[in-house]
Amino acid sequence: MTIKKNKIKEKIFAILTWGAGILSIVVLLYIIGFILYKGVPYIKPSLFSLKYTSENVSLMPALISTIIMTLMSLLIAIPFGVFSAVFLTEYAKSGNRFVKIVRVTTETLSGIPSIVYGLFGMLFFVTFLNWGFSILSGAVTLAIMILPLIMRSSEEALSAVPDVFREGSFGLGAGKLRTVFKIVLPAAAPGIFAGIILAVGRVVGETAALIYTSGTVAQIPDSPFASARTLAVHMYSLSGEGLHMGEGYATAVVLLVLVIGINALSAFVAKRIGGYGKDK
Amino acid sequence: MADCFNIKDLDLYYGDFKALKKVNMDIEENKITAFIGPSGCGKSTLLRSLNRMNDLIEGCRIEGSIKLFSEDIYGKDMDVTLLRKRVGMAFQKPNLFPMSVYDNVAYGPRTHGIKGRYELDEIVETSLRNAAIWDEVKDRLKKSALGLSGGQQQRLCIARALAVNPEVILLDEPTSALDPISTGKIEELLMTLVNKYSIIIVTHNMQQATRISDNTAFFLQGEVVEYSNTEKLFSMPENKKTEDYITGRFG
Repeated sequence: MTIKKNKIKEKIFAILTWGAGILSIVVLLYIIGFILYKGVPYIKPSLFSLKYTSENVSLMPALISTIIMTLMSLLIAIPFGVFSAVFLTEYAKSGNRFVKIVRVTTETLSGIPSIVYGLFGMLFFVTFLNWGFSILSGAVTLAIMILPLIMRSSEEALSAVPDVFREGSFGLGAGKLRTVFKIVLPAAAPGIFAGIILAVGRVVGETAALIYTSGTVAQIPDSPFASARTLAVHMYSLSGEGLHMGEGYATAVVLLVLVIGINALSAFVAKRIGGYGKDK
Repeated sequence: MADCFNIKDLDLYYGDFKALKKVNMDIEENKITAFIGPSGCGKSTLLRSLNRMNDLIEGCRIEGSIKLFSEDIYGKDMDVTLLRKRVGMAFQKPNLFPMSVYDNVAYGPRTHGIKGRYELDEIVETSLRNAAIWDEVKDRLKKSALGLSGGQQQRLCIARALAVNPEVILLDEPTSALDPISTGKIEELLMTLVNKYSIIIVTHNMQQATRISDNTAFFLQGEVVEYSNTEKLFSMPENKKTEDYITGRFG
């Protein structure tokens, strides 16, 4: 009797787990299919013209701004993120109060909703520092937003480097600086890189934090102090205006391709780290 | 015969734990000295204080003195970088860097400022020849060192240590992770190296100590119980505890 009951329970649970798995795939496929169906017919050469006009809502300026925005925010966030991770793993003594404070701070930073970053960026960079709605204000705001991500992944990658490498280097008379730069950082590079790629994904997909900081001007920015919109903001604006919904979907297609590409790249890099781990 | 190390009244603490107690020892130059004893007896700890690798451990404190050719290695004038160049080390498990064979061996000399191509080529070749591994790796100098077998990796680690031209080589159980054939090769290698270098080896293998070492120190619970000529220590131990250990009654 109980055996039979158990069997039925097993079956039900199996169906539930399968169902959950299938549902998540269906949702993803539906979203992608829907966007492709709505967007692909609007992908035309004119959509990639260098100039945005109210008749031809080209996404090219937004694509270029996205790239500039990504590079600028990485340029700011990578040195801070990687070097603070080096400090935490290589220099700080364990149990140090300061280390604990840094950890709590980064964890809190990574939990803050992006709109809050946007508000802070607007009040501080745009208004207080008087940088205006600009690609610089946006990039700095995003850099703060992705800093915890880069720090966290770098820290993990660095602490995964076996201590025997450090011992080997010190044992040959190398100092801390040389050990960090020649041995530890190269060994941790794949993991750090994977974190950076995830951060790129965050930047590319961000809207809330940018609307308040870099504005929505749809031209190729001519200086760091010019306002610019990224692809995601471009999409948001188009759908907000409601006049060019088709082009909005087309932009979504381009964004989707970009994000899937980035994810594939990070999966590839993560796999290579796995291989390195086996080498130890 | 001169001494390479003079250890006097050495106490070593890890935090509150006293890991070495009043160690006094003079280690002879151009000899192989073996440290034996059960796990946790302090033999590796003493080895690691000889090139100050213990500095890397938090809460490690030292009292007493260690002199390398009559220079105090814990003295104010001692440059740790230079000390580790003079006192090279190979570890329990081969710890080659994830780079090519050549770059592994050249890492030490480069650290100490040697940049010239030809000079480096020469150092790499000599070190590999001295470590008796040149013939096995000469065709794959530019390939990753991690592709070698465990025994080859360990000999390459010794070559890497030789490349900075040390005076003393410390070996921390260098064969414990190796098969008997690789172990034999390393032992042979050490017997040839001892003509040019002073060698100190920690081993838990008593046969190994009798095979290769000139002097042996027996450690127990942070103390040196007995230290003498290897032959004498293994045939006529003075201390009861030494006798119990070498006859396999404990440890």
